[in-house]
Amino acid sequence: MSDKTMTAEEAVARLESGMTLGIGGWGSRRKPMALVRALLRTEITDLTVVSYGGPDVGMLAAAGRIRKLVAAFATLDSIPLEPHVRAARERGTFALTEVDEAMFMWGLHAAANRLPFLPVRAGIGSDVMRVNPSLRTVTSPYADGETFVAMPALRLDAAFVHVNRADRLGDGQYLGPDPYFDDLFCEAADTAYVSCERIVDTAELTKEAAPQSLLIKRHVVTGVVEAPNGAHFTSCAPDYGRDEPFQKRYAGTAWPEFAARFLTGDEHAYQAAVRTWREEEA
Amino acid sequence: MSGDGTGGDTGGGGGTLRSGTSGADAVRSGTSGADAVGAGTSGVTRAEYCVIACAEAWRGAGEILASPMGLVPSLGARLARRTFAPDLLLTDGEALLVGPDGTVEGWLPYRQHLALVTGGRRHVMMGASQIDRYGNQNISCVGDWARPRRQLLGVRGAPVNTLNNATSYWIPRHSRRVFVEKVDMVCGVGYDRAAAHPATARFHRLPRVVSDLGVFDFATPDHAMRLASLHPGVTVEQVAEATGFALVVPEEVPYTREPSAEELRLIREVLDPGNARAGEVRG
Repeated sequence: MSDKTMTAEEAVARLESGMTLGIGGWGSRRKPMALVRALLRTEITDLTVVSYGGPDVGMLAAAGRIRKLVAAFATLDSIPLEPHVRAARERGTFALTEVDEAMFMWGLHAAANRLPFLPVRAGIGSDVMRVNPSLRTVTSPYADGETFVAMPALRLDAAFVHVNRADRLGDGQYLGPDPYFDDLFCEAADTAYVSCERIVDTAELTKEAAPQSLLIKRHVVTGVVEAPNGAHFTSCAPDYGRDEPFQKRYAGTAWPEFAARFLTGDEHAYQAAVRTWREEEA
Repeated sequence: MSGDGTGGDTGGGGGTLRSGTSGADAVRSGTSGADAVGAGTSGVTRAEYCVIACAEAWRGAGEILASPMGLVPSLGARLARRTFAPDLLLTDGEALLVGPDGTVEGWLPYRQHLALVTGGRRHVMMGASQIDRYGNQNISCVGDWARPRRQLLGVRGAPVNTLNNATSYWIPRHSRRVFVEKVDMVCGVGYDRAAAHPATARFHRLPRVVSDLGVFDFATPDHAMRLASLHPGVTVEQVAEATGFALVVPEEVPYTREPSAEELRLIREVLDPGNARAGEVRG
């Protein structure tokens, strides 16, 4: 069986401008930030980003890489509004497909099941229909006659997710309280890149955690990237919590200044810059 | 279609009450009620009345998930479970269902939470940046959606919530900026919108709106918002002044009920000993 390990640079080198990229996690929780940082080091742009948005979307928006965002929100959780997404929206710098959290989930399910749409009792009566004129409805063929949103499949060219452990084949494991929707992102994508805190032998995966923690199956994974602290500054329970002071710094710093200090080098340089910052703040 | 009436300065109601009601008289008749005695004199704070008013949203709810968003609704839900609604399920705010003492009793990751929403056995209390007379709610953005004057949270789960399970609202600062004639972006579906989709909206229900001034519901023939109770110390005029549309005011407006001694003890000593509630509600 094939060893799918690669570097973050090798993963993002397979992406192209104009692609539709799904990003796992939720808000400021278990986001594949090392992969996002690697993407920021390329020239790739014009992306359609599909995400339960957090600082992943914020950074890509701040760097001007997003043509269209598909989302129900963008939040830093402890800071309710993602500041760069907010600024980009108020400047009108990217297009937005704003859908409900459940519509979003069913869009991923539809893509994972190779269905053109799935019916959702969400969106009807709301302005989600007004701001997305391409959305269609579907009426039940049964006696109830109920009308639903026909949520179109959110098919992805590529997906980025970050999990706690993975083996070299692409079997991915989450160890925190919530899988979020990372398996769906991978199943909805033509190519999926899984970063993890630590690559372990396959047999190790079930030594200390139950098999139902094996969220992601290798058949939907293209590449495995070992990225310790790779969700930083979002949370990656139980390996680490959110780096609240650093997130606050991110949210309170002008993007050029933040990028100049933390994002000019590779991932190693980023982690070193964060350590230096922490020492200065202590 | 949006961008008008957003700032709370253009409220068409002009502070007037809906004709046919007698605002000032309603207050006086309200104050003569048995529940009204001791308003502002019992040492109960406004925030504590708000906690009681939020808790009441879950009275009689049975064995469903209470999803309070914000501090005061959380205190209300937890108070309800410890007193008159013991079967309520509550989460730790993330993926675990926890009992009153913190014991984990279940797992509810987002994907299952969304399924529970559509199953309907839930009563959520959300915030609202704007709400109108029929309960349409906005948390997405202010101004024109295409290029908002102020980007807010996004629609989040408001559309799925309002079409599937009971949805109440908590508004810590009642003002014309929030209680508007027309919301800029309908996230949570109101009664007029729901009426246009009777089959799809058959589970739509907005039991109450709680603000720092009072409790509101939609128990009127056309489901226009009605003043259901005033928190002690608040007048109908004050509410009307802070509301950007004509509110239905009944002949007699009761006061929000007094907390029992045990409820006060729970709020002050068990649920919120640090008095964080005072930071969310003035007075």
